[in-house]
Amino acid sequence: MNILTGNDLKTGDVIWWTGLDWSRFVKDATDVGDQGEAVLHREEAARRVNAPYIIAAEPTEDGPRPGHIKDRVRALGPTVRPDLTLKPADPDAGEWVI
Amino acid sequence: MYQYDQYDQKMVDTRVEEFRDQVKRRLAGDLTEDQFKPLRLMNGLYLQLHAYMLRVAIPYGTLNGKQMRMLGHIARKYDRDYGHFTTRQNIQYNWIKLEEAPDLLAELASVEMHAIQTSGNCIRNISSDQFAGATADEIADPRPWAEILRQWSSFHPEFSYLPRKFKFAVIASDTDRAAMRLHDIGIQLVHNDAGELGAKFFVGGGMGRTPMIAPEIRDFVPADELISYAEACLRVYNRYGRRDNKYKARIKILVHELGKEEYTRQVEEEFAHMKDLGLNPPVEELARITEFFQDPPFDLQANDELDLSDPDFALWVDQNTAQHKQAGYAIATISLKPRGGIPGDASSAQIDLMADLAEQYSFDELRVTHSQNIVLPHVRKSDLYALWQKLDEAGLAPANLDLITDSIACPGLDYCSLANARSIPLAQKISERFADLGRQRELGELKLKISGCINACGHHHAGHIGILGVDRKGTENYQLLLGGSGAEDTSLAKITGPGFTEDGVIDAIETVTDLYLEQREDGERFIDTYRRVGMERFKEAIYG
Amino acid sequence: MVEAIRLRDDDVHEEPAVSLDSFLDQSNATAVRIEAGEDARQLLPFLDRLSLIEIDFTVFGDGRGYSSAQILRESGYTGELRASGDVLVDQIAYLRRCGFDAFAPDSPINPKLMEEAFSRYDHVYQATSDQRTPIWKLRHG
Repeated sequence: MNILTGNDLKTGDVIWWTGLDWSRFVKDATDVGDQGEAVLHREEAARRVNAPYIIAAEPTEDGPRPGHIKDRVRALGPTVRPDLTLKPADPDAGEWVI
Repeated sequence: MYQYDQYDQKMVDTRVEEFRDQVKRRLAGDLTEDQFKPLRLMNGLYLQLHAYMLRVAIPYGTLNGKQMRMLGHIARKYDRDYGHFTTRQNIQYNWIKLEEAPDLLAELASVEMHAIQTSGNCIRNISSDQFAGATADEIADPRPWAEILRQWSSFHPEFSYLPRKFKFAVIASDTDRAAMRLHDIGIQLVHNDAGELGAKFFVGGGMGRTPMIAPEIRDFVPADELISYAEACLRVYNRYGRRDNKYKARIKILVHELGKEEYTRQVEEEFAHMKDLGLNPPVEELARITEFFQDPPFDLQANDELDLSDPDFALWVDQNTAQHKQAGYAIATISLKPRGGIPGDASSAQIDLMADLAEQYSFDELRVTHSQNIVLPHVRKSDLYALWQKLDEAGLAPANLDLITDSIACPGLDYCSLANARSIPLAQKISERFADLGRQRELGELKLKISGCINACGHHHAGHIGILGVDRKGTENYQLLLGGSGAEDTSLAKITGPGFTEDGVIDAIETVTDLYLEQREDGERFIDTYRRVGMERFKEAIYG
Repeated sequence: MVEAIRLRDDDVHEEPAVSLDSFLDQSNATAVRIEAGEDARQLLPFLDRLSLIEIDFTVFGDGRGYSSAQILRESGYTGELRASGDVLVDQIAYLRRCGFDAFAPDSPINPKLMEEAFSRYDHVYQATSDQRTPIWKLRHG
């Protein structure tokens, strides 16, 4: 599957395209098929996202898992500061990245 | 320390308002990201892996308690309660909001600080020797020269859209604590035969994917020609540096491709044209700035003896303090490399404490080092014990300066959008593996430097032991390098061979340090033994 | 192309600018246009009879044109020095500091923003072709 990610223009938060809106959680990301470019241009022009790009991801039970480690780090947060990730209560969250 | 006058303050304040306007236009859609990017970068604002990152300049690594406390305040108010001290003596914050950046910058400006030109294809923060003004081995304080260069390079209209970024370092001692020859321009202050102070220029050094040691191109530039000579160096680069390939755009490639002689000839020709254009501040300006860097009021009767009966304190003194030019004083380095910690990170509480300690014990002065530590440059020896106790309570007293666990590490894939592999976890694991201080001290001076990609922000080329993280088919892989140095014996490390997993590279480090212990001769550091014994012997030990 | 912005009082130079190569060939032209990578010093023998030199910016981030402008002004050129192409309001003050006194941007520049850009900084740190007094000179007279 292809999913769309970028950063919130004002806050810089990593965000994922849900099909209707943007979410901070990769589990909400939707498969954009071959519509990625069109959505990306529209959303960027509307300044709802900054520096968006399309990535390949693998659908899993817990939602999409980005294909590249870099985007998995983006999806979680810094592995060396679990307290600052999106899953601060899960000590094994870093395993998902690798 | 240098203090702004009304002009300096106005420049910085104006930049804040200009940036506020640029941010407003970006948020309103009047600027595209392509147009805004160089503007925000020229004010230190990146879009990183998780958020915007702001790099704040600490000119030549010098700051006072009030400024340090402001850095802590910013960490609390605008970030997530910590900051990261960098290899260019700056600090960066990882979680900045674009909409809040102008207010943050306004707060910085209130203590004579800024983020001007901490990124972008322009002249970056001028770095220097962290022991400047405190060490006995310098011929002059390099910082007034760095300040002259700071002002000249700030908002330089001709050199703000260079082929690539441009870094200066200025030192004034034969001992190089600033990796001077690994800069685009490295300057060493020297005396000429007439006893005048001037600048020796080294041009075209750098790390990155094509590391180069800067060759000397001029043995003496007088103080009143410093700026026109620097302009000549920059103009030749701005005109002829490569713009077709970003990876070949640094000045080191130009100097290498033209050859040192031809580059020098072109600079001298440009200089002949420029030197009478009235570009140089008068010597009175250097004198004015130098006044700010006079010695603090040392107690000339201060006791030079030290009670070392507490063994832990004695270890810290031995490892983390250096000789001061004034008897009765010491230069104390606060290591930001605790066991299992993140190299260069400090919490706002730690930053505040260091600010307090500087005010209390070091004539209100701190320094940031290129190895991501903090220096209190002027501590009375009789205060060292009290200082150490307070540092120790706050986890700021690792006695590991220049030892294997005092590693440099770039932010790596945990934070950086350019990285291919994580650097910090490796530094953490190495600090665990070599946690025993006795073992570290047995290994002696050992500069370990870790980069998460070939851009080499972790200085792996200059490590006695260097590690380079690469992406191998989507997994993190680490190459081992040996034999680099960023000191006065500058050398570039060489790759040992095929890469390793994270644990594998740590095992390999243990193999090479074991070999060193076995092979070393009297007084040899790791790097000395490596140079004598040669790479082959180390390769055999690693790869069998 | 939108109308050029001129910071000069003299009449607009009507003759079209020729390329550097044609200029060096025919050499009776009074207006010339040079590209980012071309050597402005080739014009130095002809500065007396040139009334317009246009320096093109294909992309605003190509800084070579700034050095070209400085070289021409340092060598005594007093005619119109025009920056054309990808000329944006956020670079315009620096362009002026390097000696440009006319701008022919691909896209129109908001006059209010341009005025703000020119007047924003009260002082400058460097001596450049615009002859503004650097801060160090203000400090020491």
